[in-house]
Amino acid sequence: MKLFSLILHEILGLFIDDELLALGILAVVAASAIAATWSPALAGAVLLLGSLLAVTLSSIKTIRKL
Amino acid sequence: MIISWATTGPAVTAAFLASIVEVVEAFTIVLAVSTVRGWRPALIGTGCAILLLAILIATLGPLLDRVPIHVLQLVIGVLLLLFGLRWLRKAILRAAGILALHDEASAFARQEATLREADGHRDAHLRWIAGLTAFKAVVLEGLEVVFIVIAVGAGRGLLVPAALGAFAACALVLLLGVLIHRPLARVPENTLKFGVAIMLSAFGIFWTGEGLGIDWPGQDLAVLAFIAIFLAYGLALAAVLRRSVSRETAQ
Repeated sequence: MKLFSLILHEILGLFIDDELLALGILAVVAASAIAATWSPALAGAVLLLGSLLAVTLSSIKTIRKL
Repeated sequence: MIISWATTGPAVTAAFLASIVEVVEAFTIVLAVSTVRGWRPALIGTGCAILLLAILIATLGPLLDRVPIHVLQLVIGVLLLLFGLRWLRKAILRAAGILALHDEASAFARQEATLREADGHRDAHLRWIAGLTAFKAVVLEGLEVVFIVIAVGAGRGLLVPAALGAFAACALVLLLGVLIHRPLARVPENTLKFGVAIMLSAFGIFWTGEGLGIDWPGQDLAVLAFIAIFLAYGLALAAVLRRSVSRETAQ
């Protein structure tokens, strides 16, 4: 049982390492979904630029922590 | 033909390279187990893990066909973004010299020391711990391989080519591992991880967009453009972070 809970924890860890990054990505996808109802081109730009911004902010946060 | 290769090529390459990274990591632990406790517990643990992975694939695989394609693309796209950007962040921080580089030789030494620490236990107990260690390593790394194959292949019916890419990686690593019988420390794992992170992030953007109903300019060729954008941005960000950290250290 302990092994399976460990495996589940590790699986979750595959996708969520830094909470800020994970939340940022989900926020970007949500913003892109809203934009898609209005303009698909804008939605694409939000998705791509938002993802790059999320990685940048998460990396800067890690450096500041060190 | 060009359009078909635009997704098939990156999908197979991503599955192949990502699988190399994961299989090398699993191999290091299985090799440490076999070095300390012999091949028997290492092979039993590995065999049980492969059986569990096969059962998972056989059970969950057919369910993928029942999920509407747009939902599948969106879910897989978001998971790929979470997975790929997490790898990309780490790869950028490693390239900038902020995080330590991954080293298979030290991972092997750490695992070997952990297994030797258990020397006070009974022999049967030691074999159990060793088998479990191999099982856990192969299940965890194997799950990542399975996820990557599904993620890069399921959205466009490329599961078979992606799985073949992963299978080729497993065969290559096992062949090299058996031949040299040491941790594969010379595999440029950090560079590979950077490359794989870029490809997975590019696929994540592509599938998520497709799932949201975005018609990417150039259709499938957009994946190649995303790869180029993530590569350029990742390298630039790593360079900027490296410079800013070295400036702060100098002050």
